[in-house]
Amino acid sequence: MMNENCFRTLHLPESWTLKTYVENGGYEVWKKVLAGEISPEDIIDQVKISALRGRGGAGFPTGLKWSFMNRRAPGQKFLLCNSDEGEPGTCKDRDILRYNPHQLIEGMCIAAYVIGASRGYNYIRGEFHEPIQRYLGAVNEARAAGFLGQDILGSGFDFDLFVHAGAGAYICGEETALIESIEGKKGMPRFKPPFPASFGLYGRPTTINNTETLASIPMILANGGQWFLDLGKPNNGGTKLFSVSGHVEKPGNQEVRMGTPFKTLLENAGGIWKGRQLKAVIPGGSSTPVLPADKALAMDMDYDSISKAGSFLGAGSVIIMDETTDMVKVLERLSYFYYEESCGQCTPCREGTGWMHRVVKRIREGKGRPEDLTLLRDVGGRITGKVICGLGDAAAIPVTSFMKHFGHEFEHYVEHGCSIYDRM
Amino acid sequence: MSIIQGQVKVDIDHWIAQYPEGQQKSAVMPGLSVIQAANDGFLTQELMDELADYLDITPIEVYEVATFYSMYEHQPVGKHKICVCTNISCMLRGSDDVVAHLKKRLNVSDFNEISADGKFSIKEVECLGACVGAPMFQIGENYHEHLTPEKIDAILDSLE
Repeated sequence: MMNENCFRTLHLPESWTLKTYVENGGYEVWKKVLAGEISPEDIIDQVKISALRGRGGAGFPTGLKWSFMNRRAPGQKFLLCNSDEGEPGTCKDRDILRYNPHQLIEGMCIAAYVIGASRGYNYIRGEFHEPIQRYLGAVNEARAAGFLGQDILGSGFDFDLFVHAGAGAYICGEETALIESIEGKKGMPRFKPPFPASFGLYGRPTTINNTETLASIPMILANGGQWFLDLGKPNNGGTKLFSVSGHVEKPGNQEVRMGTPFKTLLENAGGIWKGRQLKAVIPGGSSTPVLPADKALAMDMDYDSISKAGSFLGAGSVIIMDETTDMVKVLERLSYFYYEESCGQCTPCREGTGWMHRVVKRIREGKGRPEDLTLLRDVGGRITGKVICGLGDAAAIPVTSFMKHFGHEFEHYVEHGCSIYDRM
Repeated sequence: MSIIQGQVKVDIDHWIAQYPEGQQKSAVMPGLSVIQAANDGFLTQELMDELADYLDITPIEVYEVATFYSMYEHQPVGKHKICVCTNISCMLRGSDDVVAHLKKRLNVSDFNEISADGKFSIKEVECLGACVGAPMFQIGENYHEHLTPEKIDAILDSLE
């Protein structure tokens, strides 16, 4: 089964319009919530039962995150949606914004009600012009229909939605950097604690969820948490959007049930292109460890199974590499990405990302030294845990995992000055 | 002459109104984007100072933001800035060939160089979040996906 949740309206004409969404049960949950038929406590309970975990990459339980907020605390509170989709390999939230924005808006409304927020911002990366326009169009439709604004449908609850467009910075996908960015600053992550639930946007209590997470909420409440959980597996509830890119015949986004075999995902994508064999898979975006073909082919697509195989589900960004792929060249590009995107706040990350990139580049250029291999093998421990946010850790993960599974390709470069695929 | 007038002023005021009272600093990012678009795609110190004045914040607060985020330009660009993704998913599907084709067609030797007619410049960018459409680039507001040399030529031919 495919497209049971966030993509459920994709096959319909003009799936992004209020008309289509309402004709397919849209905003029914929101009306019930506003009418007092479902309490905030009940909503949190259902979300907890569903085992919905953060779809942006960290996998934090959504119900638990919401329970950190005191909805009755006086003063302004904020709900933020993280649509700063920038993890290499990830392009799922873009399609929610383009094709089913009302389901996201309904999810944001419900989340805001639960935490007692009267304002919400969707942080959408600035390059996403078309998704921003689609989303804003949907917000305007929802406002005109009375689903947003003051005293919504006579409930006494006020909530309105706005957009903050990014301007090109991967780090703003980190929740506290995202907050800094909305405040009009450089996107440098904050030290935690305090956590956003107590000190967030403009110093006020704030909850931040990923686009896919929030868009999952209406169907969970319409059908019950147990329904969502049963779509997947215990601790791995529901459906998940996977962006399958790289060396496949038909790259594309797929919404499938958690626990779907990787082999099925690959078949859905038409298999490896050009009749070639699978060599390696990065299952959750560039910050998750690469897996060799045999491990990937034996795994299922859910948090626990991918962890068992030695990687992470991350944002569900499945990057496929065929048997002709030069892994040294791939790592050179990935290590450049983290160097380019390090915000520069913490020394181990600012210096370490550049240092890792220079070492990999020198190996790829045929100028590597034997000791470079040792350096790359133990680089992880020099950054991980010594920095404020996850970017430094994320930068080390590709390096250590590529060395672990494909170290012989780096050794070949150092010894012979060329790729294993270059004829001697 | 001030750039913050007419439609530029209307647009910046619209963004300021999106934030709570007294939080107009939040409008520095959209403000820079609006001004950059009105100034042929790049910023100058004078323009940044003007925005700082308008938002009642210090110039350094604007410079910090304007130099942190990659979409802001501080040098002139081509009339059409072609932002080519070369990150992993695009690289696996031939972004090197896209870059080579663009350089050859525009007769430029490197990124950020402007073509002789002033119409185009190429910028290397990080993942633009369209990985299943790789290889891809962005020109202006539009994404162009599944690029081939023929498709690239047709896109460039269609631009004034």
